Amino acid sequence: MIPRTKNTFARLAAALAVLLLALGTAFAAEPDLPKLTGRIVDGANILSPEAEAKIDAKLKAHEDKSGDQVAVATVPSLQGLTVEDFANRLFRAWKLGQAKTNNGVLLLVAPTERKVRIEVGYGLEGALTDALTKVIITTAITPRFKQGDFSGGVEAGADAILSILSGDAEEWQRRAPVREDSVDPVTVGFWILVIVVLVLVMARMNSGGRRGRGGGIVVIPTSSGGWGGGFSDGGFSGGGGFSGGGGSSGGGGASGDW
Amino acid sequence: MSVSLQPPVALRAPVLGRIASAFAALWLALCLSGCGAINRVPSLEEQAKSSWSEVQNQYQRRADLIPNLVETVKGYAKQEQETLTKVTEARAKATSVQVDASTVSDPEKFKQFQDAQNQLSGALGRLLASVEAYPDLKSNQNFLALQSQLEGTENRIAVARRDYIQAVQAYNTEIRTIPGRWIASWFYPEAKPMETFTSTPGSERAPNVKF
Repeated sequence: MIPRTKNTFARLAAALAVLLLALGTAFAAEPDLPKLTGRIVDGANILSPEAEAKIDAKLKAHEDKSGDQVAVATVPSLQGLTVEDFANRLFRAWKLGQAKTNNGVLLLVAPTERKVRIEVGYGLEGALTDALTKVIITTAITPRFKQGDFSGGVEAGADAILSILSGDAEEWQRRAPVREDSVDPVTVGFWILVIVVLVLVMARMNSGGRRGRGGGIVVIPTSSGGWGGGFSDGGFSGGGGFSGGGGSSGGGGASGDW
Repeated sequence: MSVSLQPPVALRAPVLGRIASAFAALWLALCLSGCGAINRVPSLEEQAKSSWSEVQNQYQRRADLIPNLVETVKGYAKQEQETLTKVTEARAKATSVQVDASTVSDPEKFKQFQDAQNQLSGALGRLLASVEAYPDLKSNQNFLALQSQLEGTENRIAVARRDYIQAVQAYNTEIRTIPGRWIASWFYPEAKPMETFTSTPGSERAPNVKF
């Protein structure tokens, strides 16, 4: 009996060891990613508060205008991953950009490994090409990083990203009114029809005693207003906090070192 | 009247049994579909397939960039004729491998595809390493743009491969473990395990030579 229980114990211990080992490797494979606490997550603590506030304001202004979510992250360690791998995982964990348009950009700085990367969401790959992001890194960011000016480098990088993106965004907004016009006559006609039917039905039901509510006409501006608002506004500027819109990235962008 | 409609006792039991088992099967199917378990096999399969087409896409994108790169390098690095030829040959071989959706469940075909792409990665890595000896080429704008595009594509390939490996892992686990295995054999007999990449993207690059 005793050897048998010993055997069982040994087996149990071996199984437990294997399980622990498997768990250990699973944990090792999954990096500990920083939480998304704002547009700028300065985990490595290399940015001055003034610069942070300034860059944050610019990023927010751009997001309010175009819906593009641009975020900056600095990390104390890449945890053994390449900067490309880390940036992609972080981008996907934060879900930058909207789910449908994937219009997010992540500027990742790892001062310990001396690596920087601009990770571009699927939807912005056409505007922020690999070649353009490489140019931003080599001309705007790394020369300043070499002098130890992290705040200046990140700001110059963010400015360059925003200037390229707003070129595209303006074009997009120019297209917006055209689309609205092409939709409007049909929509308006439909709503007028609905209102006429409603008013007639109400008039019948109230048998001429009271008037049908005239509020129906208000429906037109409300509906078209909702259209235009949804179009120009990103929709996540809810209440101060910042969260990803559900976007993803397939590894677009470029990396550099200094 | 009701008495005359009653079937003989000997017949009743099996008929009832059959009806009961039919109901049981129906109930099981409804229950499984209610939990979404019944749809998991095809939806995971679709996910793996779409990840596969992304992998193919990115490899194709790389193949499309190569002729331009070869032309650019040719103008500056005439001594690298052999390296260039190898890249061109490896590209021709990689693009000649016929790939479609069935490739993923055919180990032979999958290996062929993987080997051809790995060979191209190796040749490309050697070419990019040899460029280090040509400062004029390294500062050429066209080359720099091509190089960053190529780097970006290699990275997209790595991401697409990682996504594919994860999708296939989920799908293979589903059709090999218990409820999914039964469901697959009952409802989706054509569902086959898919092949996955064997080496990590890093190991297919040209080896780093250190002295």
